[in-house]
Amino acid sequence: MAQGQEDQPRDERNPGVPLDLGWLREVRANRSAVERRAATLPTRRTVKREWQAAWLLRAITCLDLTTLAGDDTPGTVRRLCAKARHPVRSELLEALGVPEERIQVAAVCVYHNLVPVAVAALRGTQIPVAAVSTGFPAGQIALDQKLAEIAASVRAGAREIDVVISRAHVLTGNWQALYDEVRAFRIACGEAHMKTILATHELATLRNVGMASLVCMMAGADFIKTSTGKEAVNATLPVGLVMTRAIREYYERTGYRVGLKPAGGIRSAKTALDWLILMKEELGDEWLSGRLFRIGASGLLSDIERQLSYFVTGHYAAAHYNPLV
Amino acid sequence: MSILELFESMEYGPAPETAEPALQWLAQHQPFDLFINNRRVKPASAQYLETINPATGKVLARVAAGNAADVDAAVAAARRAFPGWSKTPGHVRARYLYAIARHIQKHARLLAVLETLDNGKPIRETRDIDIPLVARHFYYHAGWSQLMESELAGYEPLGVVGQIIPWNFPLLMLAWKVAPALAMGNTVVLKPARYTPLTAMKFAEIVEEVGLPPGVVNIVTGEAGQVGEALVRHPDVNKIAFTGSTEVGRAIRRATAGSGKRLSLELGGKSPFVVFEDADLDSVVEGVVDAIWFNQGQVCCAGSRLLVQESIADRLIAKVRARMEKLRVGDPLDKAIDIGAIVSEAQLREIRRLVERGVEEGAQLWQPSTACPREGYFFPPTLFTNVAPAMTIAQVEIFGPVLVTMTFRTPEEAVTLANNTRYGLAASVWSENINLALDVAARLQAGTVWINATNLFDASCGFGGYRESGFGREGGKEGLYEYVRPRWEGAGGRASRRRGLAEAPASGENKAQSGNGHAEHRSNGLALAGSEVFADLAGRIPPIDRTPKLFIGGRQVRPDSGYSLPVRDPQGMIIGQVGAGNRKDIRNAVEAAHAARAWSGASPHQRAQILFYIAENLAAREQEFALRLVQQTGRPYADAAAEVQAAIARLFSYAAWCDKFEGSIHRPPLRGMVLAVREPVGVIGIACPDEFPLLGFLSLVAPALAMGNTLVVIPSPQAPLSATDCYQVFETSDVPAGAVNIVTGEREPLVQVLAEHEDVEAVWYFGSAEGCKRVELAAASNMKRTWVNYGHPRDWLDPVQGEGEEFLREATQVKNIWVPYGE
Repeated sequence: MAQGQEDQPRDERNPGVPLDLGWLREVRANRSAVERRAATLPTRRTVKREWQAAWLLRAITCLDLTTLAGDDTPGTVRRLCAKARHPVRSELLEALGVPEERIQVAAVCVYHNLVPVAVAALRGTQIPVAAVSTGFPAGQIALDQKLAEIAASVRAGAREIDVVISRAHVLTGNWQALYDEVRAFRIACGEAHMKTILATHELATLRNVGMASLVCMMAGADFIKTSTGKEAVNATLPVGLVMTRAIREYYERTGYRVGLKPAGGIRSAKTALDWLILMKEELGDEWLSGRLFRIGASGLLSDIERQLSYFVTGHYAAAHYNPLV
Repeated sequence: MSILELFESMEYGPAPETAEPALQWLAQHQPFDLFINNRRVKPASAQYLETINPATGKVLARVAAGNAADVDAAVAAARRAFPGWSKTPGHVRARYLYAIARHIQKHARLLAVLETLDNGKPIRETRDIDIPLVARHFYYHAGWSQLMESELAGYEPLGVVGQIIPWNFPLLMLAWKVAPALAMGNTVVLKPARYTPLTAMKFAEIVEEVGLPPGVVNIVTGEAGQVGEALVRHPDVNKIAFTGSTEVGRAIRRATAGSGKRLSLELGGKSPFVVFEDADLDSVVEGVVDAIWFNQGQVCCAGSRLLVQESIADRLIAKVRARMEKLRVGDPLDKAIDIGAIVSEAQLREIRRLVERGVEEGAQLWQPSTACPREGYFFPPTLFTNVAPAMTIAQVEIFGPVLVTMTFRTPEEAVTLANNTRYGLAASVWSENINLALDVAARLQAGTVWINATNLFDASCGFGGYRESGFGREGGKEGLYEYVRPRWEGAGGRASRRRGLAEAPASGENKAQSGNGHAEHRSNGLALAGSEVFADLAGRIPPIDRTPKLFIGGRQVRPDSGYSLPVRDPQGMIIGQVGAGNRKDIRNAVEAAHAARAWSGASPHQRAQILFYIAENLAAREQEFALRLVQQTGRPYADAAAEVQAAIARLFSYAAWCDKFEGSIHRPPLRGMVLAVREPVGVIGIACPDEFPLLGFLSLVAPALAMGNTLVVIPSPQAPLSATDCYQVFETSDVPAGAVNIVTGEREPLVQVLAEHEDVEAVWYFGSAEGCKRVELAAASNMKRTWVNYGHPRDWLDPVQGEGEEFLREATQVKNIWVPYGE
């Protein structure tokens, strides 16, 4: 099992390890079997009542509240940041008996050019700004431009960088190139935490997802992330299952904990709970905090707030009672 | 705990499914009476039994204790209903079955909760697996009901069917039994399991709701010793379908021997779960969970023997242990529980006893740190390593959440270990290499093989065992034949008299055979009365002696006994001698038949070529064979020649069938396919009929051989020379040595040895009614398949009776190989 897994301080980052092609060749992902497990995860586990409310609050603290649209403006980003500071109506938190300062989103995620706006809007909080980078979402720009973009976002105050990998390296089996690319991203990130977006739908097979996950972790990813949100299909449980299993394998062999970030298509509180169940079952309670688990979403918060409101009041809530995301 | 504390701990909380509606339903309806003629009938005994919630140990309801008198009433009701129901058009029956399926869905949650209360299995399973499969089974068979007239033309229902079901999947097993029986036009007397009768009580209500005619479905609850016994022995029951333990199955086989009742048995298992080093190990772990911790391991096809390639064994076991720590054992009504309660205190004791035995025998036990509830009958998930095949826990069906692990080095060894069991119900193979997976699947002795999956079920796919796991299939088209018979077998359809036997001369044309009145010993059949061909030779010089020996392993060998038996013509004159085979000859023949099992691997084309060749070589000696028939039976030459022609045609038929009696591809609701492969049964012992000495012999040998079985054949003792004459035909036709072995002698003692032989997979017997009973009794020793005629002769000349799919089905068993796919 893991060498040194006991030794790793809980907040130590994954420094990466040398590329191990032999290990990579061992990766298996039987799609039908993975899908069966993914399908029964939400039917084998559920949380109700107080437990559900508590888990939903936890989901909020794992949220990368995100806006990545062509029509984003400083105004919409400021509005998002305001919601990030107060993700749940005060009277609901009061009724739930949870202090407001405990419930903050994990990060706010924007395009590079809006990083300064977000940084300014979040000043005075612990909430980091994450920037999507490296030619997000397609990643079809030159490597030096990608590195420059990372550096610029870090300079602008982003403490987290969501990079996209070159899908071509995966599809052509050029693992060395993928490793080198992600390694270079990591160096460019410096102190900023790096989430590597695999764009799993474009990797075509679950085995590719498993192998790409492993290479990104070997190259020093802090998080592996499913999707840009711009693919035809984004975060799905089968994909998440393959990635959590890769994370577990990497942890067992190296002792380093890498996080998971599903993004795209997670809109309902129920789906968020399913992802938390996946993390708890496959990786354990350590992976249930924002340090190792993020959900990239925006509309999700509204639904969670609605569910919390229902829990508190016993009536189904109307969206207009909750402040806009 | 406060929400803040829960926010920090992130524990699972209780998520109970409410039992209230089910408990109310029970309160309103109990005590439950018998269900006969769509009426609630008090049991003759006036006694009621308690059914217990195994999760609490508390009484749930009282249910009628039926007895033999109640079974009589139920069978009488079913008998009265049978003419009407069997003549009801398939479409109309389909409407009823469709309505049942709809009602199952309408009452799905009540049924799921009742099942969980009564059986102790998690609500997740009853809600997501049992009940949906029940509805699916009725939908699927509504379809067969609709199609019966066209797709099973030439078949008719059996009559009244007695069905006895187990406690592990109470309603699902009811569906597996009742749906095909009704679809094919039978009427039913069902005995639910003693421990779990409640969903059957709700099903009775559904029967009423859909307006099924009275008497079509009757349900008699009670103890096995009362109700089951009476049903099995009832003279007016045409078939028994049973799912349960091999021991009870064996007793049923014995109890019904010779009765003419059709029998299908789905019995125990010790199914292998084979993991190769290139498998997706994380998915394997989930497969293990589904294999042995599904329904607390109380599953006949549970993958209870984990066979792992040595190179990955440590890694896999570590993963399995880690996964076991995450299993949640507890209140089965909790939606977030993986393992519920064991069905009864007795079953729990049995599991404990076997687990203790495993420890005593030196296996290493491991259980997760999580605790079981104190109340109710619970047992933790259990893993044994350091297990050897010789240990009790490696051989015996535990029927609990207990997994035993062994390792192998090569695919060959994996197959050997997997097949090292008396059972053959199911198997699971895990590998990412399709070549390896399909090769191993083909070599496993099991009725169902799941590749990279386990415990998948669907109405469209046959389920049933090899070896001591029973016989017959449930589901798929292959399962329908358990509930029908060829129409000609029905009332009046049987041959009214034996044909093709020695007959009194009917006219002057063959008076010669009795005319010459020789009383002396005629040898070798050369002094053939009525044969001008040999007339000149006869009496001038002595013919060369031909003494048929036995035909074993491709060689003509002397009988072990050193004795011969005379063969007489219809006038009682000795026309030859054959070897007096004994049990040692049978033993040698069975060994030779096993040594020739490569025949099953011969391509169908190759087997067809050989059958054609047999026909060709027989045709070359047509006259000789015809004369031999005349000699043995005294029938007219033309009649005998017609029999030879029919035999040649029959060989052609089965040569034709060799590469055409194929399996099918089932399409259950999954991405993938299920290959229903027809495999040879193995070594078949065949006792030939006296009628039609050549045609009867070849009508049985040819289909068995065509499908890849190897044979030990006992020819008609009355007229064995047609069979022994075939030695030379087989020898010149490239039939591999040992594929057909022929032992002459007294049929009854010889067939007894075959029927008792534990390395013979099937016995076919065409002789007396008493002989049939003896064969069926003896066959219970290893639960071999039997095919007997209950003393009713067939008209072997009639192709409807004498050849066709019935023979091919008896010569094969269906293996369903589940192949999910997708990259």
